[in-house]
Amino acid sequence: MKLGEFLLVSIQVDMHDKLALALQQDLTDRIAATGARGVLMDISALEVVDSFIGRMLANTAAMSRVLDATTVVVGMRPAVAITLVELGLSLNGVRTALDVERGMQLLRAAVRQPWEEPDGDTPV
Amino acid sequence: MATLRSEIAGIVTSEDIVRVRHMVRDAAVRLSFSLVDQTKIVTAASELARNTLEYGGGGTVRIDELADHGRLGLQLIFEDRGPGIADLNQAMQDGFTSGSGLGLGLGGAKRLCNEFEIQSKPGEGTRVRVARWK
Repeated sequence: MKLGEFLLVSIQVDMHDKLALALQQDLTDRIAATGARGVLMDISALEVVDSFIGRMLANTAAMSRVLDATTVVVGMRPAVAITLVELGLSLNGVRTALDVERGMQLLRAAVRQPWEEPDGDTPV
Repeated sequence: MATLRSEIAGIVTSEDIVRVRHMVRDAAVRLSFSLVDQTKIVTAASELARNTLEYGGGGTVRIDELADHGRLGLQLIFEDRGPGIADLNQAMQDGFTSGSGLGLGLGGAKRLCNEFEIQSKPGEGTRVRVARWK
């Protein structure tokens, strides 16, 4: 879904690996086609984020950065966050926000000040 | 130790990894695991199922719901007849991968469970047993 200069993606199903890769590809294509400056990925419906999905999120953030768009991942469940850290995945380079509203604030701020990258946005 | 319930599932396609996640989730819910414990064992199952598929060329998982002196637990045994792992110490290290993954599978799964055992022989396959207790 496109909202102004941002793309909103809500992941609603437990994705198998090929579907996750297809989404990553599709999203990258859409950023290029629409010239979107920001991508908001809502993962609040995801009950599990394993290393594969985690890598897909990190790759999508990295690819969108190359295409001059900022990605913010929102809505991660607390149990998922606890598990990810124990798994050893810190999602370096992925910006996160608690919910859609805060994510949108982060995106608007990032688009207004493109040269002031917040901490933690260093490339992986 | 008593086995309350046991089921076996094949791991042949990437859709099977999703099915294993759901089966393990259902078992953890039946055992009244907390949400965090459910998420940890399901995530470990997902990592190990992917290893079975990617590196073992497919295989099976046995999901055992256990009771031991009133304690409830979930045991998962992944088996494949793939090429096996020559250097288990190396395979357990974070960041080591012979494939396209992040190399977090084995070490990560071990951290997410209470018990972890791995047996592997080059040319014969790999067997990984994990368990998480309530």
